Amino acid sequence: MFLDSNFDRGGLTLHVHGRWLIENLAAIEAELAKVDVERARTLTIDASQLEELDLSGGWALHQRVELLRERGIKVDWKPTPPAQVKFIAGAIERAREQAAHTQDDEGLDLAQPVRALGRWAVAMAATLRAGLGFLGRICVVLAGALLSLRRLRLAGVARHVYETGVMAIPIVSLIAFLISVIIAYMGADQLRQFGAEIFVVDLVTIGVLRELGVLLTAIIVAGRSGSAFAAEIGVMKLDEEVDALVAIGTNPVEVLVVPRILGLVIALPLLTVIADAVGLVGGGILCYFLVDIPPAQYIDRVQQAIAPTTFWVGIIKAPVFAFLIAFIGTARGMQVRDSSRELGRLTTVAVVQSIFLVILADALFAVVFLELDI
Amino acid sequence: MSGSVIIEARGIVNRFGPQVVHDGLDMDVREGEVFGIVGGSGSGKSVLLRTILGLQRPASGSVNIYGRNINSLSEEEMRDVKRGYGVTFQHGALFTSLNVRQNVQLPMTEFFDLDEETLNGLADMKLVMVGLGAQVGDKFPAQLSGGMIKRAALARALALDPKLLFLDEPTAGLDPIAAAGFDELLIDLQRNLELTVVMVTHDLDTIFRTCNRVGVIVDRRMIVDTVEGIVSNKHPWIRQYFHGPRARAVAQVKADDHGT
Repeated sequence: MFLDSNFDRGGLTLHVHGRWLIENLAAIEAELAKVDVERARTLTIDASQLEELDLSGGWALHQRVELLRERGIKVDWKPTPPAQVKFIAGAIERAREQAAHTQDDEGLDLAQPVRALGRWAVAMAATLRAGLGFLGRICVVLAGALLSLRRLRLAGVARHVYETGVMAIPIVSLIAFLISVIIAYMGADQLRQFGAEIFVVDLVTIGVLRELGVLLTAIIVAGRSGSAFAAEIGVMKLDEEVDALVAIGTNPVEVLVVPRILGLVIALPLLTVIADAVGLVGGGILCYFLVDIPPAQYIDRVQQAIAPTTFWVGIIKAPVFAFLIAFIGTARGMQVRDSSRELGRLTTVAVVQSIFLVILADALFAVVFLELDI
Repeated sequence: MSGSVIIEARGIVNRFGPQVVHDGLDMDVREGEVFGIVGGSGSGKSVLLRTILGLQRPASGSVNIYGRNINSLSEEEMRDVKRGYGVTFQHGALFTSLNVRQNVQLPMTEFFDLDEETLNGLADMKLVMVGLGAQVGDKFPAQLSGGMIKRAALARALALDPKLLFLDEPTAGLDPIAAAGFDELLIDLQRNLELTVVMVTHDLDTIFRTCNRVGVIVDRRMIVDTVEGIVSNKHPWIRQYFHGPRARAVAQVKADDHGT
């Protein structure tokens, strides 16, 4: 369809015709591959019947010709090579001259895996170092704030309390309500076998106040705000806004990072209080409908169930979780460089890592509280 | 330079809220010419380009590319029109998560089913053509200089061998040497590939060196003339544009060059 070939005493003649355009390139390549050049010593290309030729078609032709030339076959054009082929040949020739003195070979070698391991170790050490450095810079700003309150950027802090705290109230409440309903429901089912339904109240109260209220709130906030921190700061990095801040003479850690951390450290304990309250209400409602405990008795039982420390054991974890989430989110955001893919990757890393660290920290708290007997 | 008209914009009106950017703007681009769009900041050069590309629907008026009214085409037909032209954006708009070679290959893989080897060969050819070595293909956009980004963007715009090329401020942000190099490249490609080029530019050097005709957006309409014609136009804004201190400096340098 695009070429005919005929063979005459070692001389191969290729008649190219039709529309050699990029949309036909796959078919053209297939036809070119079929031409038998094994016995050919000379090749004549007749391009006089070509209807259309674009650069991609020209490239396919040029590639073929170069391949045959390398095999020692003499190639002639009839009447002359098309302008596109000449243009490509010229451009490639010029590039070859330029590239002649910038060649470097990277061969295979056995040390490759060892080198990769070394690079990985160095990269990990660098990440750890960078994290520590980042923590240090945050501490410096916080220490500076002791001298001048202006450095705390209270307007920014307030904005982040609003965005990460107030805006999260509906979803946090809903989840706290549902989770205490689930616990009460499961618990009632089991405890009924022993006739000890009243202990459902203890289960809900202690479960929500000590662990689930704060843990679930932290996980929701990590997904909601940790990702937002990483993405916001990451885009600012990509658009060189962070560089602009540095150039203006402000400290990006002071302007971008510390307000977010402080905002979340304030917001998360408050959210936890709300989650605790909604969780207790949810437990109460379920107790009333499922095990017939009237509200007055429920409140009475709650008061008996909780030790003076129960509430505080939960709430004390909130600022720590908040710090972990905000620290990871902002640090990952600051690491974004060069590409939009990097932004997505680091946002994901921020969320996964902060949730992991929150749960790890919760486990450590559990051990510590157990040892302290509270 | 009197080919048939391939872009025909008639009575374009664009407005954002109460602000009218274009009010009955007409523009023709003929085959094989380099057409420069000039105008003050905020005069709607980029808006006009976006309108022609179909990225923005005008409040009224029509745009015909190769005789097809782009505002009444189905998505399928519009894809077909888009296949026929290449675009470079002001800041390159290379996809940062792809390397340069993949950037150039993206339009090819989008439209055609080609094997890996062919794709690599074609992309390298395009890179070489715009004066970047094939080894640049492995780099990511963030590793390129401003001039290289413009060239890589041009390579991507030429990926499907279009006959029509739109350039938005192709030399903005380049040093004079790099800008002159880009002008030379553009002239070279335009002659050899018989391209029609529509470009938005502020660069007087580029206008004088590359454009056949210039359309100036003044008073929400377009005044079109040859470069010589537009330079001697009497409109106060155009006079100031082409006879201001910067323009005089360019003219002076040109005169000196001819003298030697």
